[in-house]
Amino acid sequence: MKPKIAFFDFASCEGCQLALLNCEDILLELLELVDLVEFREAISEKSARYDIAFIEGSIHREEDSKRLLDIRSRSQFLVALGACACNGNVQARSNFIAPAENYKLVYGEEARNRVQIDKNYWPLWAHTRVRSVEEIVKVDYQLRGCPMSANEFLHLVKALLSGQIPHFPENAVCVECKRHGNECVFDKGLSCLGPIAYGGCDAICVNNGHVCDACRGLLPYANVEAHNNLMLSKGISKEAIKSRYRMFCSAEKMSQT
Amino acid sequence: MTMNTNLNKTMHIKIDHVTRLEGHGSILIDVEKGRVENLKLEIVEANRFFENLVKGVPPHDVPQVVSRICGICCVGHQLAAIKAVENALNLSTSPQTRLLRVLLNESQFLQSHALHLYFLAIPDYVGVKSILPLAGSHPELIKKALKLKKLANDFTTILGGRALHPVMPTLIGWRKLPDKNKLELLLERLHESVKDIEEMVDFISQLKLPDYERETEYVSLKHPDEYALYEGEIYSSDTKKSVPESDYRQVTNEFTVAHSTSKWSRWNRESYMVGALARVNNNFSQLHPKAKEVANELDIKIPCYNPYKNNLAQMIEIVHCTHHCIEILEELLSQDLHMEDLTYQSAEGIGCSAIEVPRGILFHEYGFDNNGVCNHADAVIPTSQNINNIERDMQKFVPQMLPDMEKEALASHMEMLLRAYDPCISCSVHMLDVQFV
Repeated sequence: MKPKIAFFDFASCEGCQLALLNCEDILLELLELVDLVEFREAISEKSARYDIAFIEGSIHREEDSKRLLDIRSRSQFLVALGACACNGNVQARSNFIAPAENYKLVYGEEARNRVQIDKNYWPLWAHTRVRSVEEIVKVDYQLRGCPMSANEFLHLVKALLSGQIPHFPENAVCVECKRHGNECVFDKGLSCLGPIAYGGCDAICVNNGHVCDACRGLLPYANVEAHNNLMLSKGISKEAIKSRYRMFCSAEKMSQT
Repeated sequence: MTMNTNLNKTMHIKIDHVTRLEGHGSILIDVEKGRVENLKLEIVEANRFFENLVKGVPPHDVPQVVSRICGICCVGHQLAAIKAVENALNLSTSPQTRLLRVLLNESQFLQSHALHLYFLAIPDYVGVKSILPLAGSHPELIKKALKLKKLANDFTTILGGRALHPVMPTLIGWRKLPDKNKLELLLERLHESVKDIEEMVDFISQLKLPDYERETEYVSLKHPDEYALYEGEIYSSDTKKSVPESDYRQVTNEFTVAHSTSKWSRWNRESYMVGALARVNNNFSQLHPKAKEVANELDIKIPCYNPYKNNLAQMIEIVHCTHHCIEILEELLSQDLHMEDLTYQSAEGIGCSAIEVPRGILFHEYGFDNNGVCNHADAVIPTSQNINNIERDMQKFVPQMLPDMEKEALASHMEMLLRAYDPCISCSVHMLDVQFV
């Protein structure tokens, strides 16, 4: 029997599912090797058990957390797909603001008040805080990045299908950036988290003229303090450094600035 | 006298988390003895509060954060944000930057329309659940669709550095210029794609689309010199007049309803439609001549009031964008590309922008405080402008469909209607399950 693979999306831009649909060259071939049982964005079929469940998106409401627990109980491997699932991504920035304040700012004061008193509204709207998948269930593997890397996705699927353990090297973006021979971002007077951020992205942002925002999270052994001192010594302001860490909240927990 | 059978029909339909849709929505329909008692399009996507997420962010980071509103519309969100931030800070751009942005934007039209037509909508019209069976029954067609999609993705990648959440475009210009050799190869591939696209038009022209009409207000950008996609004024088919983009709030008039985490819109009447059909209806005469020929082949009469035919309008726009991009690329390649000075001074100010993205008009607005960081943001998404109109289409079509259709056929026609609009619910909640109860 072919392994059953499923995709579930929570709060996200759904770009990681799209990144998979963008693998036009191998998409049809891959689909011959697996049974894609849930992929709401592209198909209408559904299943009771999954060999690999991919979770896209961050978890915001109790109903979402219950759905996630149910998926976990029916899956052999559970994979957090992309930065939202791994770290909360940019939407975790809303954790710095009280939920009622968020409603008021986006939907207006009247809607904010109604959410709190009208029972027809609140089950749909009840917003707790933005959590990563790992904060709710056991995660077997993480496919980091915003968006995820299609190469890493294929590596993971191939390994699991052939009974091997997928391996993702823990090196900094800086290592991959050097390999491309890019001009160092610091020499352009900009802030960068490349030296302390998880690689695997092949330094795609810096290759294309941008800086590293650590969308993949900070390495577990990252020396954040030394990196901050380095950026300060390059004349980058404390505000710019803080803003860089906050961009993808993945790094926020670690920032001592 | 025989009694009309639909007088006795009672059905409760609930389609939760409609598939082949960007984002989460449900359809709920209650029919009691032939009368539609309740009909709702519920948007159940979790809130992400994007307008709050950009507060405190410096101007050049705003486009990168809001790109994450939606993967499928990321180029549109980036460009809308870039234009709005530039307006807020009074930054001007060069003709080269405009050409690059026009190309980048239209690359997303090709990608999004191809994805929507082939992966999400067409399975409905040939009666299968996904693109997968089509790969068996129509292998050549699917290969061509995948080829076009790949071309469009490579197009965005060459212009933006990455197909999803591009990194090259920024305020004023490009962080790194696209490689001219790659642009030349791209031009060749676009020329080659013309024939494949003609075959896709043939296939689409043979599909039988449901024949239901409801005339509504069509809203799109309008530009004096071109088929408005990158910029223009906001035009209504009701008033036959345009208003400037800075008046967008008078157009969208957003309000909230209990069954939707997305906001709703209305302008000159109870609801309006944005998207490919609205654009083709409003700006037909400015389409590329080849696109007009295709409209003829697809037998679409303008103005067209059948929302299912939004899918035909998407095909017409694929043809338009392909030929238009060929022209723009030739113009761009005839000149030398130069790096622009991207330094700018952040300042206090507020600015908005309007741009056409595959699903309709997108509005963004940002404000910056005297420290130059973002203190205000607003985004009005095409899908949230359409939801009200979709629900009203459903309310009109369900009673017309009831006499001839069983529950399943009716439910599937509702899903198809929803998909025909190509809704992007991730975007609109910053939609769709069908429930018939």
